[in-house]
Amino acid sequence: MIKLLNSLTDPETRHPFFDQLEKLLRNKTGVMGLVIITVFLFLALFAPLVSPHDPVENALYDQLKPPMWEEGGSPRNILGTDDLGRDMMSRLIYGARVSLMVGLVSVGIAVVLGTLFGAIAGYFGGWPDNIIMRIMDIILAFPGILLAIVIVAYLGPGLRNAMIAIGVISIPRFARIVRASVLEENEKDYVLAARAVGARNSRIIFNTVLPNCLAPIIVQASLGFGSAILDAAGLSFLGLGAQPPIPEWGAMIAMGRSMILRAWWVMTFPGIAILLGVLGFNLLGDGLRDALDPRLRD
Amino acid sequence: MLGFIIRRSLIVIPTLLGVSIVVFLLLSITPGDPAELLLGERATEASLEAMREYLGLNEPLPVQYGMFLKRLIRFDLGETIWTRQKVSTEIKERFPATIELSLAAMFLSCLFGVILGIVSASRQYSIFDYLSMVASLIGVSMPVFWLGLMLMLVFALNLGWFPVSGRISVGTELTVITNFYVLDAIITQNWKALGDVLHHLALPAIALSTIPMAIVARMTRSSMLEVLRQDYIKTARAKGLSEMKVVLKHALRNGLIPVVTVIGLQFGILLGGAILTETVFAWPGVGKWIYEGVVKRDYMVIQGGTMLVATAFVVVNTLVDILYAVINPRISMK
Repeated sequence: MIKLLNSLTDPETRHPFFDQLEKLLRNKTGVMGLVIITVFLFLALFAPLVSPHDPVENALYDQLKPPMWEEGGSPRNILGTDDLGRDMMSRLIYGARVSLMVGLVSVGIAVVLGTLFGAIAGYFGGWPDNIIMRIMDIILAFPGILLAIVIVAYLGPGLRNAMIAIGVISIPRFARIVRASVLEENEKDYVLAARAVGARNSRIIFNTVLPNCLAPIIVQASLGFGSAILDAAGLSFLGLGAQPPIPEWGAMIAMGRSMILRAWWVMTFPGIAILLGVLGFNLLGDGLRDALDPRLRD
Repeated sequence: MLGFIIRRSLIVIPTLLGVSIVVFLLLSITPGDPAELLLGERATEASLEAMREYLGLNEPLPVQYGMFLKRLIRFDLGETIWTRQKVSTEIKERFPATIELSLAAMFLSCLFGVILGIVSASRQYSIFDYLSMVASLIGVSMPVFWLGLMLMLVFALNLGWFPVSGRISVGTELTVITNFYVLDAIITQNWKALGDVLHHLALPAIALSTIPMAIVARMTRSSMLEVLRQDYIKTARAKGLSEMKVVLKHALRNGLIPVVTVIGLQFGILLGGAILTETVFAWPGVGKWIYEGVVKRDYMVIQGGTMLVATAFVVVNTLVDILYAVINPRISMK
């Protein structure tokens, strides 16, 4: 991969982005995460092409078929079927779509709002800083998943509200990180220079300061993606997130729970899917941190 | 030091006020009449009007909040919609179960997390280090409720080593004094019940402990690695001390300082994570109670439970900060 990268770009003159990419590709953890995520992304994008069956199609004669390697299983349903005869493999593949979308939307909400709040707090200081950061402290005063559950309880169950709730509880981590890096950048000469030539505040924040704070945001976004998938699965498991017949991994585990003894596979495979997906983003996050922002290493 | 403790403790007040504002406002963002939400659909017009009066719904919002706060301070959290019990009574019955489970999980995760971290750090890049770090990465990536179900499937349902759910077997007699069953069994010297209670506690505690265990192990490892690189460790080695003594007597004390913060933070997260674990194992604690409140749309339960858990979280975090300053006096100087 690195050879390919170096043959496509000239290490002397290329954009710094490619230098960072090279650092990431030299990091084994990061590459492993990248591979897992690419597989999931591929499955999610091409779900209709790669999944053997329709994920919501009931098949009354194929209820609770075990995986193909067990007695009674058939190659028609490689990972077996659930109690409505739906193909597990197809539901897992479509589930990747749901989980990636949840991650994208909720991390998107958190990154946009968190960055905005953090930048304002760090750049202006004084009372805006105080108000914003106290609100963030209050959000952080709740254990994350509890606040998400409560928000969904009041807004009403459903995937959309679950994504909003998970987005809201993740805002403070971005706000804090962005505020800290803006405070650090603010002191530097190039910001002073921008101010001296008369740039407006919004221009200084968005065009000058923020691009230099990107590294920690990207690292946190990757780690946040994993925890968003985990939280969404938890909400759906409690019946507060995705509603049937949406093939969501957490909801599939909840369904498999009632047939835990009769059909272990209905509950087991979605859990493995969540584990792998979250692991992918955690590995990538760790790799990115080592490559982009070694200061953050714990 | 005393000044720091007082200052740090005083921050609790505005934070808790903020928490109470959030809990209060949540009810008003819900579509519909709050009195009807709190009393349920079958409430009569007279009781609805009485509820509106009690909540001050005919008053402006700030006055309503003032009344809410007054009730909170008196620990008057109202009555649940479904069981018509005092919320405070239900909390008194259930909170000990949650604390017991969280403490057991915390104990497991500290013990094994710290041991794993120390061994990994003292043998950096060994196969043990590699395996335990992979295991801890998997630990933080796993859904707790799924792990709980898998443990239940394998160790309770298939192997029959542990009970499937609950806190105590039906036939076991235990005089309940504090509602902490482990403590009650010890106080009454009821060893048979103690065994039964611990037996029930094992699986949920193991499930709940995985994420904090993984985080504690990673933190201990990196903090120990940092300490082991320092000069005074070199001196200790140069004096000819055994590696065991260097690691356990010289490095561990300083290495554990940052771990304390992580452990404290995890305790709060455990309280939240308990909702999922308690639901899986039918553990009669606050987490399962809040979840049932959510399912039955019992807003009094949700309000009371949220306020309780958030308060516990804030208090624990404050205690951790103070403890951190006590063991690492450089902090309170800042």
